[in-house]
Amino acid sequence: MALKTETMVLNMGPQHPSTHGVLRLELEIEGELILSVKPHIGYLHRCFEKHAEAMTYPQVIPYTDRLDYLAAMGNNFGYVIAVEKLLGIQIPERVEYIRVIMAELQRIASHLVAIATNGADIGALTPFLYLFRDREYILTLFEMTCGARMLYNYMWIGGLSHDIHPDFVRKTKEFINHFRPTVTELNNLLTFNKIFIERTANVGILPLDTAINFGASGPVLRGSGLPFDVRREDPYSIYNRFDFEIPTGKGLVGTVGDCWDRYYVRVLEMEQSVRIIEQAIDNIPEGDVQSAIPKRIKPPKGTVYARVENPRGELGYFIISDGNINPFRVKVRAPSFVNLEVMGELCKGHLVADVIAILGSLDIVLGEIDR
Amino acid sequence: MGLLDKEFSDGNIVIAKVDDLMNWARLSSIWQLGFGLACCAIEMMATSASHYDFDRFGVIPRNTPRQADAIIISGTVTLKMATRIKRLYEQMPDPKYIISMGSCANCGGPYWEHGYHVLKGIDRVIPVDVYVPGCPPRPEALLEGLLKLQEKIRNESLRKKIA
Amino acid sequence: MKNPEEIFKLLKKEFSEIILDLDKETPTESIILVDPMQITKIGKFLRENEELKFDSLMVLSGVDDANGTKTKDEDGSDMISGGTLSVYYHLHSTVLKHKITLKVSTQRENPQVESVYNVWRTSDWHEREAFDLFGIIFLNHPDLRRILMPYDWEAGYPLRKDYKNPEFYKGMKVPY
Repeated sequence: MALKTETMVLNMGPQHPSTHGVLRLELEIEGELILSVKPHIGYLHRCFEKHAEAMTYPQVIPYTDRLDYLAAMGNNFGYVIAVEKLLGIQIPERVEYIRVIMAELQRIASHLVAIATNGADIGALTPFLYLFRDREYILTLFEMTCGARMLYNYMWIGGLSHDIHPDFVRKTKEFINHFRPTVTELNNLLTFNKIFIERTANVGILPLDTAINFGASGPVLRGSGLPFDVRREDPYSIYNRFDFEIPTGKGLVGTVGDCWDRYYVRVLEMEQSVRIIEQAIDNIPEGDVQSAIPKRIKPPKGTVYARVENPRGELGYFIISDGNINPFRVKVRAPSFVNLEVMGELCKGHLVADVIAILGSLDIVLGEIDR
Repeated sequence: MGLLDKEFSDGNIVIAKVDDLMNWARLSSIWQLGFGLACCAIEMMATSASHYDFDRFGVIPRNTPRQADAIIISGTVTLKMATRIKRLYEQMPDPKYIISMGSCANCGGPYWEHGYHVLKGIDRVIPVDVYVPGCPPRPEALLEGLLKLQEKIRNESLRKKIA
Repeated sequence: MKNPEEIFKLLKKEFSEIILDLDKETPTESIILVDPMQITKIGKFLRENEELKFDSLMVLSGVDDANGTKTKDEDGSDMISGGTLSVYYHLHSTVLKHKITLKVSTQRENPQVESVYNVWRTSDWHEREAFDLFGIIFLNHPDLRRILMPYDWEAGYPLRKDYKNPEFYKGMKVPY
């Protein structure tokens, strides 16, 4: 007689230390084996799009901060670029340079958290403490510039809220000198750690065609081997002036597109960000950062879709203007929202413990998934 | 604190009121329920990381509500999440304390007017002991909030719960 | 690499009776207007044609056009009847590097659009979101449920311009 077996449904979250916030995963399991994963989102739905319709264009900027709260500068960047496209205004060189430096510093800070939590979730708590130390360094630089640690409201339409501090350039160079060795330290501590490799290599393999069909972007797509970066594909701001590489997953310790590849792409990207900052920091031209800010922001009728490369991937803002002082519709193409969709595909056939490794390697932020 | 004042000369015996002893024990090892909601959770993480070191006040994250003493409501509470938070709160053993961290948890924060899915203040669902203002509060502010909570616990009595 | 006019011409040649219009009025983007009941067919063509190869759907956004007749409710809030809801598709080709925007409009009273789930898998959650926030029904979507709002939310579709928030949800007061 055949033994009758039943599958079990296991709820992970919304209160779970490794779901990076308030994500709920409904796992259907047979023993330890995962048959299907259904993510349930919306536990942090803060009605961004409704707010954007009720606010004037500059008033939306603080709300964009709170979408992807680990990369607030990048969110500001995307939104102001979209509105500037709609207005058709020229930005002073100095502003462009400072924006790029800030966005790249933010990318490092964000990847540090991504790597730290990825490690901490699967048991490596020590790198977490080291990386948060370095993150504090960057936050100090931001704080020196605009007074806030996390949510900056720094980039304004046509300019910046504050000019950089006189000490900023020196401090940033100090940071770069301090940061270069920490990447080596990180590699020794976590990247090539035997246990870490065992947990992440050959786990959660995402084939390239699936990644494209699911619309994945950022390190998730690049981990699968496609050097797709909005900074290179569709250059915005002044990114075409800088020399940087686009790291992709090579399957160094496992298969192309596994968790380790996605993780390692982030490590390499931090080094590239440092390169961009180095090229930009000495060439900041003189000027006034607020000279191009329009007095009254009332874009003409039209639609615009502008995208930037945020640490988590392609962040797009779709804005419809009806000629009023507030946007008619703002839709955010949040990279994590799209990247999380592949979760179901990645987890099939893995063990419950691998879910955490996979989720960590996707590096989601619930603030922008739920908006 | 007055707990270790009354000491016999040989050093092995300490006399204290039960109230003081219990309160001292409780306030020096507040285990918080380890879960984050939104932006403030990142500052909460930063607080427990190397730079600010929450651990020196005896705060360590405990991942099950059944063994936690305090919840730090770190971020925006939505209607969908509020019912879950209430359930978590009900699972915790007494005495339990709530720190409401950040403007969103205090009163809805920037989402107070148009937030059709945002609960305007966690105190509409569960009782709050300490409110920490800020959007997000700095780690120092959270530490201050914790010290205020400790102050509150210090003045409690076993016979009558103040908090 | 093709510009929107060339893509439009190509589409016009292939589907002479379906493609509605090319909207060049907007200063920033040209938009191709499409019949909501033919979007799957056109999507498949755009994806598979050798000269187009739109393999990536960047974003799918629902929009309440609010172009119906506005009336006042007895308590002073806006009511909209008639008019349209729209869906915008922003496409991109990772191979050929060109972009295009499609738009479909559907009746506000009975908003139905064909799903592009089978063309671009990424549209799954985007379509659920548009259903959740605007009430646009995507035909042939395998799992059209609410995604951001609670599953038992009964007060309507929040991003419609005439949405009214309820006083209470499960005993919790909602307004400030």
